[in-house]
Amino acid sequence: MAFFARASPSQAIRRLKDQSQFLNRLLCSCGWQNRSIATAVDDAKASVHSSVESGGKKRINLCSAINDALYIALDSDPRSYVFGEDVGFGGVFRCTTGLADTFGKHRVFNTPLCEQGIVGFGIGLAAMGNRAVAEIQFADYIFPAFDQIVNEAAKFRYRSGNLFNCGGLTIRTPYGAVGHGALYHSQSPEAYFCHVPGLKVVIPRSPTQAKGLLLAAIRDPNPVIFFEPKWLYRLSVEDVPEGDYTLPLSQAEVIREGGDITLVGWGAQLAIMEEACVEASKEGISCELIDLRTLLPWDKEIVEASVNKTGRLLVSHEAPITGGFGAEIAASITERCFLRLESPVARVCGLDTPFPLVFEPFYMPTKNKILDAIKASVNF
Amino acid sequence: MALIRRAGRSLSMLKRSSLFHGKQKKQRQQPIVSPSLPNLTPHLPSSLIRLQINTTYSAIPRGISSCSFRSSYIPNRLLTSEAQPKLPDEGIDDTQFLDFPGVKNTAFTCDLKFVSEKSEEVPCYRVLSELGEPVDGAKLPQMADALALRIYENMITLQVMDYLFYEAQRQGRFSFYMTCSGEEAAIVASAAALSNEDVIFAQYREQGALMWRGFDLQEFAHQCYSNSADYGKGRQMPIHYGSKKHNFVTISSPIATQLSHAVGAAYSLKMDRKDACAVTYFGDGATSEGDFHAAMNFAAVMEAPVLFICRNNGWAISTPITDQYRSDGVATKSRAYGMRSICVDGNDALAVYSAVKSARSMAISESRPILIEVLTYRVSHHSTSDDSTKYRSGEELSHWKVMRDPVVRFRRWLEGNGWWNRQKDTELQSHSRKKIIAAMMNAESMKKPPLSDLFTDVYDSIPTNLKEQESYVREAVAKNPNLYPSDVPL
Ligand SMILES: Cc1ncc(C[n+]2csc(CCOP(=O)(O)OP(=O)(O)O)c2C)c(N)n1
Ligand SMILES: [Mg+2]
Repeated sequence: MAFFARASPSQAIRRLKDQSQFLNRLLCSCGWQNRSIATAVDDAKASVHSSVESGGKKRINLCSAINDALYIALDSDPRSYVFGEDVGFGGVFRCTTGLADTFGKHRVFNTPLCEQGIVGFGIGLAAMGNRAVAEIQFADYIFPAFDQIVNEAAKFRYRSGNLFNCGGLTIRTPYGAVGHGALYHSQSPEAYFCHVPGLKVVIPRSPTQAKGLLLAAIRDPNPVIFFEPKWLYRLSVEDVPEGDYTLPLSQAEVIREGGDITLVGWGAQLAIMEEACVEASKEGISCELIDLRTLLPWDKEIVEASVNKTGRLLVSHEAPITGGFGAEIAASITERCFLRLESPVARVCGLDTPFPLVFEPFYMPTKNKILDAIKASVNF
Repeated sequence: MALIRRAGRSLSMLKRSSLFHGKQKKQRQQPIVSPSLPNLTPHLPSSLIRLQINTTYSAIPRGISSCSFRSSYIPNRLLTSEAQPKLPDEGIDDTQFLDFPGVKNTAFTCDLKFVSEKSEEVPCYRVLSELGEPVDGAKLPQMADALALRIYENMITLQVMDYLFYEAQRQGRFSFYMTCSGEEAAIVASAAALSNEDVIFAQYREQGALMWRGFDLQEFAHQCYSNSADYGKGRQMPIHYGSKKHNFVTISSPIATQLSHAVGAAYSLKMDRKDACAVTYFGDGATSEGDFHAAMNFAAVMEAPVLFICRNNGWAISTPITDQYRSDGVATKSRAYGMRSICVDGNDALAVYSAVKSARSMAISESRPILIEVLTYRVSHHSTSDDSTKYRSGEELSHWKVMRDPVVRFRRWLEGNGWWNRQKDTELQSHSRKKIIAAMMNAESMKKPPLSDLFTDVYDSIPTNLKEQESYVREAVAKNPNLYPSDVPL
């Protein structure tokens, strides 16, 4: 995946047409504040990187894709467990629907309302050689478990000289804006965890990605935090391979090729960035869009290669700009591509305020803000 | 033993009294100086006090002679002000004095015996029967008709508000709502037993307590509609009320975080010698959070005048209490923290009122925390985002809704006293309805808070990064005003 040659003009135009048609199909004006949404791209490429079992595809949303992955994880390994608040009846987002009925209450269960307990329990379970898939009901409520994640899960292997590890632990948690979540049902806390050696942080953008990456996270021998874009649970629908497959961690993916500027994002934000790319292309700017997929440890090489090609970089995320993971990307790429950069690295992110209810449309890194930043970068 | 215990108690009183700079209030117990103690001044460092006491022991109690009793050390158990419960005599080995510092009122035994997981039964206090008649032998609290009627009127207004706001949310007028249906008595009657000076730290289902304090229907509507008159400036989801003038600290969504805030506030009230306590409300689910346990322990150790009011409604979203804890209820947990508690029938407004009233007076006069478990039932869905038919049976729900309605029960008592009748009820309902609809229409007609409110209150003043971001946002809006909500004034 090292380097993408510039696509020929006719190829590029054809691709643009396809993509904008696709987007038109998926773009639906939804929710309360009319933020439009689309899945970033239909994931035809999944099979390229994965070990998809031969078999059919099923048109499902992101929530069902997660459910599918959990089903496969439980089915393929008798030492796997799924638990968290309200998980027994299917979870408040319905991602664990039917699992307790199929696999029994001893493997899929409700926990008491205690996030530190959920993660601590998961660490112990994992340390005994099990796959512990813990759900934190909202990413906003992960903080009571911060100590267990940062001081315990992340350091379990290192501090014991590899005598012990809790690599079987995966923490799933829905994150991000939904249009009406306000301070405590909207946050994107990924950056806190990207500051913690020993953790992996993964964020999928679509149903196909979610299924393959979640299975990879569950089977990865390290503790992984898996943030699920809750905005996309129902909105993002694609044909997802039915069988058991994984997608590689720590490998970013170019989901749109272009020559003028590189855009890097993850999760739900990619759909917004994709729209900006489509708009920019109407003005003759060709954008390359990269889905980072794993934020820690992240795939610098692919971003570096792309920026060496385009000479420009824009990063976008919903979390507040200051200290966000965009800052890390900007610093690393500036280090590696300094002489190649033709404009300062741009960041279009959330504001440095708590996540507000009525001001959400102003807070968000919207398509237009991204488009403006693309133009400013290209015209620098 | 008795001598040492008494000496210990006196010492602890002395230490505590110095907290109040000698200006101790009447209700608080005066320090008792034991005649067997030398005349100690409260200013003496505690190490010195210990030393002095030790050297004054003339009679060493039974059993001590076999221990090595270091002169610089007094076991913690001697420094308690707690009442000393009697120990069971059987199997007790009193040939050796138990001086481990970790415990107080216990002794050695040679019986290999585990403490049962079953806690001592905590009875559920109530004074009214399901039919609203006084239970045989019950001592009803003194409640004048005016107060009783005010409680009832509040409960009805609350029900009507919950109903109309819930419907408004369903119609998409605002984004979220939570009713307290089934828990009206637990919330309103407990609030009625407090003084307005008591500071409330609520969870999110206690709008009735705020209503009791006089937060009016218009203020509720403004918050839910997130308009420019919302005190929270449209930043939080609906139902996240707060009111400085009503001593009601703004709601925060993360469960159980408010409990230890209440303990800190209570400590402040105690230090300021206020005739007030802190009160925190929370659900059965909240008792599982680490913050609950931290707060309970802090409150006991800090001797903070705080009331922990647990609305045990049987459910935490879809999680039944059987998946939440294995103790028999919540009240019983207090014992482990060295705290008093009571379990109350939360659907009996009179019982809730009298329990909270006496707890409050103990908390303040004795400077101690008290846990009050109000047993009730969440009749509504968890919130407008929830469909409870997915996890509980219709029969269970209708039993509580129809047979166990706390408001009907209280009304029957009022009717039995000749204070209320059907006609008054109809009038009250329609009056509340009109007022609430008017409040909603007014709230809906108002603008949202101005854009500048996005950037204020992050800090006491706006730092430069936010000033820059404000100009950035304003530029973006100026370029594409149609992309932004038109009801937010720029
Ligand atoms: C720290 C945290 N974890 C999870 C949640 C999601 N959540 C909101 S309410 C709730 C259940 C609370 O139940 P309970 O304390 O019994 O209160 P009730 O809703 O019954 O009044 C949960 C899990 C949250 N708000 N905060
Ligand atoms: Mg509850």
